[in-house]
Amino acid sequence: MAQMTMIQAITDAMRNELKNDEKVLVYGEDVGLNGGVFRATDGLQKEFGEERVFDTPLAESGIGGLAHGLSLTGYRSVMELQFFGFVFEAFDSVAGQMARLNYRSGGVYNAPVTIRSPFGGGVKTPEMHADSLEGLMAQTPGLKVVIPSNPYDAKGLLISAIRDNDPVVFLEHMKLYRSFRDEVPEEEYTVPLGKADIKREGTDISIISYGAMVQTSLKAAEKLEKDGISAEVVDLRTVSPLDIETIIESVKKTNRAVVVQEAQKQAGIAATVVAEINDRAILSLEAPVGRVTAPDTIFPFAAAEDTWLPNEKDVAAKVKEIIEF
Amino acid sequence: MEKTKELQKVEEQFETFQILDEKGKIVNKEAMPELSDEQLKEMMTRMVYTRIWDQRAISLNRQGRLGFYAPVAGQEASMIGSQFALDKKDWILPGYRDIPQIYYHGLPLHQAFLWSRGHFQGGQVPEGVRIMLPQIIIGAQITQTAGVAMGLKKDKEEQVAVTYTGDGGASQGDFYEGMNFAGAFNLPAVFIVQNNRFAISVPVEQQSAAKTIAQKAVAAGIHGQQVDGMDILAVYAATEEARNRGIEGNGPTMLELMTYRYGPHTMAGDDPTRYRTSEEDDEWEKKDPIVRFRKFLEGKKLWSEEEEEKIVEQAKEDIKAAIKEADGAPKQKVTDLIDITYSDQKPTNLDEQREQYEKKESK
Ligand SMILES: Cc1ncc(C[n+]2csc(CCOP(=O)(O)OP(=O)(O)O)c2C)c(N)n1
Repeated sequence: MAQMTMIQAITDAMRNELKNDEKVLVYGEDVGLNGGVFRATDGLQKEFGEERVFDTPLAESGIGGLAHGLSLTGYRSVMELQFFGFVFEAFDSVAGQMARLNYRSGGVYNAPVTIRSPFGGGVKTPEMHADSLEGLMAQTPGLKVVIPSNPYDAKGLLISAIRDNDPVVFLEHMKLYRSFRDEVPEEEYTVPLGKADIKREGTDISIISYGAMVQTSLKAAEKLEKDGISAEVVDLRTVSPLDIETIIESVKKTNRAVVVQEAQKQAGIAATVVAEINDRAILSLEAPVGRVTAPDTIFPFAAAEDTWLPNEKDVAAKVKEIIEF
Repeated sequence: MEKTKELQKVEEQFETFQILDEKGKIVNKEAMPELSDEQLKEMMTRMVYTRIWDQRAISLNRQGRLGFYAPVAGQEASMIGSQFALDKKDWILPGYRDIPQIYYHGLPLHQAFLWSRGHFQGGQVPEGVRIMLPQIIIGAQITQTAGVAMGLKKDKEEQVAVTYTGDGGASQGDFYEGMNFAGAFNLPAVFIVQNNRFAISVPVEQQSAAKTIAQKAVAAGIHGQQVDGMDILAVYAATEEARNRGIEGNGPTMLELMTYRYGPHTMAGDDPTRYRTSEEDDEWEKKDPIVRFRKFLEGKKLWSEEEEEKIVEQAKEDIKAAIKEADGAPKQKVTDLIDITYSDQKPTNLDEQREQYEKKESK
């Protein structure tokens, strides 16, 4: 098996699907010759030609509309938004149009579009590049929102996303792109959408997280183990729709939970997770569900980023607080 | 604003293309499209039919028997003439007012009524009918058209994708993005702007400093043309030419059709007397597309009062039947809507919500 970074795994998934289905198209700004600003599409134009992998004019709404229209003629688009902070330019296309296509046509038309985009803090990007906007997307019925936390899942989830017949927003945390490698099979495999994964078993508390915060939570869990606390780490993988079953099972086992997200407290997914736990497992709880999030400010300029972002110490501290409640 | 010489030069190039004048006389013989007598009569039939449909829809709406409706009287030549130039396998991506075009492209009339009532079956376009549903977000259909046109080109189909918007819609950023994409990829797309002079209440003069909307095509590097939108022959000829340009690989076209809507913007309480004068209405009614085409056809002995009367009666009957059919549609259920939110894999929490609504609906 090959060792791959997350970005390599992502490229591999696209290569796989370009090979697998001639209706798959990959496009966006700078994705062709240049291979994308993060090189996610590196080599794909060379391998599959300009008809399948191409650069578009610089216009996100245009890219979204293009994907929507291509759906009507049977094409399966993998469109790249260069950074997810630019999704506002394409918001109508993604949340207003594609998400409702199946619904408004009574099931006649659908939009098999994957909207790939880098996001996430900790890499000191300029404004509007890093923001965690998954909550906005997750509030739109008809859209699926996927956020992988490692190379293996990234490849399997992206293949599933491309094959899915509804629009899928696929968010790639920039910090995870090259921070570590995983064993990733070179052959094709899928990781199902809408299924969470237990990344670490534990008995005292469930740490429920997604994206880069899964890695942070895993590190925190290791630390906590030294203090005699056995934490289970649940990786949501798909933040909309949520895998409520896995969340509830874990909470029923551990009787305590902390939800960890990089997004601000009023954004992201944590609030929904807490509400679902309240609805379904309140009597299993020994303590209120804790939350570790960024504060409710605009994503900060680079200089304050490190303090602003939740880290493993924050997670460990919150876990202890909940355990000692 | 004082226009520079350069700008003047651009604007002067956009003259209104016309074939049939207000008196029903051919004024541009060379441009006359090749149409059989049967086709000419069919165009007239469709315009008359559409006018009657519009009158009936307005009254049905007032009786509360129709939902959302945006009147079309005055715009028949633009709508009918442009659709008539298309092939059945061309795609149409309409705005909310462009129901006649999609009806003549294959959407059954009762479904148009169901759409108007907000019933999801109205959107269930029959297999093989290449239309999108009427778009509410102004401009969204324009970028989507570039996508459909790209699909057609990739599939080597000799067809075009046609979309409609209004003069207000031409101010949207998406209008430029759609044209620009189509130009950059050399796509078989036709962008039609029905310039009916008002976006709800805002006159076209307040939409843009550009003298014509047609000239906006220049910035995208594509062909743009202004057409008399009350002249069905000119609309037909310009659309046919645009279509040919597309399928011959010569790129997209933007057509500005100069027209007027006689009625309110929609039936949801708009009062055009707040922003238009009756003189202006009268001025435009003199250009009426049906009146002038009738004169033209009568001159060719192709049309008579009796013939028109028959069409009017037929239209009324068809509309009655379609309304009846729409009335017979099953009551819209929330559970149906839950089932169509996703096209395949339904989230488990939706299953749960479905159960709740099943109970609620069975009461
Ligand atoms: C994005 C968006 N903004 C505003 C509206 C509200 N609205 C509906 S119709 C309309 C005027 C449109 O005018 P125009 O494009 O000239 O078309 P017409 O109705 O005259 O055919 C407005 C402002 C809308 N539907 N979508």
